[in-house]
Amino acid sequence: MKKVQYERPVIQRLNVGLMNKYGSRTEFTPVTQIDGNAVAQLITQYGSPLFVISERTIRQTYRQANRAFKTRYPKVQFAWSYKTNYINAVCNVFHQEGSWAEVVSGFEYSKAIYNGVPGNKIIFNGPDKSAEELKLAIENNSLIHIDNLDELYTINDLASTLTKRPRVAIRVNMDTGVYPMWDRFGFNYENGEALDAINKIVLNNNMDLVGLHCHIGTFMLTPSAYAIAATKLSELAISIQKKHKKSIEYIDMGGGFASHNTLKGSYLQGIDASPGFDQYAEAICTSLLNAGFSEGELPLLILETGRALIDEAGYLLGSVISNKRLSDGRRATIMDFGVNILFTSFWYNHKISPAQPFSQYTEDTVIYGPLCMNIDVVRENIAFPALKKNDQVVVHTVGAYNMTQWMQFIAMRPAVVLIDMNDKPHLIRKRENINSVQNEEVMPDYLKDCLL
Amino acid sequence: MKKISVAVTGLNAIDSPGPGISVIRAIRQSNLFDVRIIGLAYESLEPGIYMHDLVDKTYQVPLPSAGMEVLLSRLSYINSVDKIDVIIPNFDAELFNYIKLADILKQQLQISTFLPTLQQFEARHKVNLYEYGEEHGIKVPKSKAIFNSQEIVRLHSEFTYPLVVKGKFYDAVIAYSADQATGAFNKIAAKWGLPIIIQQFVQGQEVNVTALGDGKGNLIGAVPMRKQYITDKGKAWSGISIDDEELINITRRLMASSKWKGGLELEIVKTDEEEYYLLEINPRFPAWVYLAVGCGQNHPEALVRMALGEDIKPFNTYDVGKLFIRYAYDMIVDLKEFEKISTLGEL
Amino acid sequence: MKLKKNIALSDTGFVFDPSNGNSFSTNPIGLEIIQLLKQNKTQSEIETKILSTYEVDKNTFEKDYYDFVNMLGKLKLNAADEKD
Repeated sequence: MKKVQYERPVIQRLNVGLMNKYGSRTEFTPVTQIDGNAVAQLITQYGSPLFVISERTIRQTYRQANRAFKTRYPKVQFAWSYKTNYINAVCNVFHQEGSWAEVVSGFEYSKAIYNGVPGNKIIFNGPDKSAEELKLAIENNSLIHIDNLDELYTINDLASTLTKRPRVAIRVNMDTGVYPMWDRFGFNYENGEALDAINKIVLNNNMDLVGLHCHIGTFMLTPSAYAIAATKLSELAISIQKKHKKSIEYIDMGGGFASHNTLKGSYLQGIDASPGFDQYAEAICTSLLNAGFSEGELPLLILETGRALIDEAGYLLGSVISNKRLSDGRRATIMDFGVNILFTSFWYNHKISPAQPFSQYTEDTVIYGPLCMNIDVVRENIAFPALKKNDQVVVHTVGAYNMTQWMQFIAMRPAVVLIDMNDKPHLIRKRENINSVQNEEVMPDYLKDCLL
Repeated sequence: MKKISVAVTGLNAIDSPGPGISVIRAIRQSNLFDVRIIGLAYESLEPGIYMHDLVDKTYQVPLPSAGMEVLLSRLSYINSVDKIDVIIPNFDAELFNYIKLADILKQQLQISTFLPTLQQFEARHKVNLYEYGEEHGIKVPKSKAIFNSQEIVRLHSEFTYPLVVKGKFYDAVIAYSADQATGAFNKIAAKWGLPIIIQQFVQGQEVNVTALGDGKGNLIGAVPMRKQYITDKGKAWSGISIDDEELINITRRLMASSKWKGGLELEIVKTDEEEYYLLEINPRFPAWVYLAVGCGQNHPEALVRMALGEDIKPFNTYDVGKLFIRYAYDMIVDLKEFEKISTLGEL
Repeated sequence: MKLKKNIALSDTGFVFDPSNGNSFSTNPIGLEIIQLLKQNKTQSEIETKILSTYEVDKNTFEKDYYDFVNMLGKLKLNAADEKD
């Protein structure tokens, strides 16, 4: 006789909390494969945990975003936000789709050059740019977005020693009615700082002011804030035209579009609450079109959205290390991934699906990572089915920031696999080994022997 | 009589009641429809589940926080075993999902709703109410969203004490000084998050209107009521319909200008100087909507008819001086029933 | 482990404790174990029964059984005179 599939016994008090099982039934449909590749097979081949990126989802999402803007505005250019995910293979998928590169450090700048991005298609953002890096960017005709007055003066000094004229934009911060206001980056609009910086650039006449840039926040759930920002940047551009008879070539609206993740503390699911590309595009494009630019003077619209383009394409596969019972009776499940590689679990309640069939019976569970630290919590409270040791799970919507902010703490970082348009997996970053970390260490001679 | 089946949420006829049972009683009273009522419940102790003379069958549904997809799949299941013609959601928190799902429900499952648009729903939100009032020509006490308790010391240039400190979703405290306002800010922000809404306190008598708009700018019906007795949770225990032409006019103006679709409740303060200030708009019928039926205006029935595509003539009159008095009633329920709804999710 | 004598069980996995009015829900294997406990079966008898019906090894079940029985205790479903 064939034996019945086993599931550990669970018992729950009724009516203790608000959650009912009809609320979680379909959240837990098992996810056994990603783009035609069995989860179990991927883990066998590349190890657990494992990041998996769907090239198909990237390209589909990018095309969706591109369409949303291009059907509403004549000149649109995306620039891939390297900090969101700078694994070279990922960057090149975006570049192949037509994205320029948007970088915020000398390191990211080098990566863009390495990937073959032409210098004039690299946008150099951020507060930390050394004189050396700026010089390289000037010589490469890159677009330099000035963050502060010290940087402005450095570029001005460099320009007098170089033959190329720097192509610059200034980053503008402003009140768009959202909180917190990101006023630490760039020059303020309301108090006239931005206009002041523009006057300095134009009057010194050592560089070309080609654009205006803003980046109003992160995970912005209100598209109307972008409408306000676009209007303010347009006003600034038009006043420059009036005062200095100079047309601004582009307006860069930065990024900050929300993905489908659910922010901690949010009552609604992210997938329901987050605006779509069409809503952001409508807010931005309508403002630009109504700003009063004359027909031929409409600036190019640049977008640096990162998260909304890559988050859904990323999955983290992992395995159960152990189950425990906490002193208050709650179930605890320990996974082989934690905040070390899933940094975003500090901000989101990530959706986690078991990768094998299970019943509808759940327990209130805390999901922990493998670190020996109390902060290593992936989900504080989730109605989760009874998984056993070595069962596998799929964490959804992890494509943004995890593969750049991950930590090498007490363990090696996992491999990253890209599944191509034909469902074929490619290793795009190897699992780290002890040498990946120790290669950079230097041992003084007298400490070579541990003397034990 | 036409046979229809109507699904209703908000079966929690408890001390701070949901509107579901009132809505069901109203529809049951219809002379046009032979109604099957399907209850949609979140918890297994919602009294409506066990009121078999009012609710024919109840299904548990996922909490709004579980998201649209889960809700849709549950409703598809229910619809496949127990066909639904119209859904009337009665909780603020679930409206977002139902509004977003309205088209899909209609197209995929042939379930009708009669709900405000997402823009109408968002625009009347507490945080936006002041601007909303300006747009629609209705006085709203001056209010401002603040994110930092340090902004309170600067409020004296725009506001005079006392003022009301309000949470984004719930809670309101009257503060007579900056110290009290700061205390209230911290308490409410800890519970409901930011922003906190500061609103000028307006002295006067609170009156409420339950109303129905057809989505084209017409007011289908409106009944104003003054609360006579309030529970410790601020809910009306008893109220009386009043004759106040201006309240009806305000409601009509609001409907004309906002083109509100569906039921709503206005909370208004009438000052001694006969000025009317709008305090809040609840985007669904109130729990006391059955008073409107008692006064000759069956709003829930009219909503069902409009949801089914009928054109409705507006109500023009209502009885003044009708009271509603709420009462508590202990039902005796067999454990078997509780077991069924708890384990099978259906009763 | 001895269960309270008057615990009521139903096929749907509904468990009711008449002595304090608490109610619980359990999955099919949980129900089976509670039923066996009610018949005063010993741990090894229960183990034999489960291992012959379900696809599970001894170690895994022993661990889960211990945890489950612990939960029953936490939920006050065990008889008060229970010693072990």
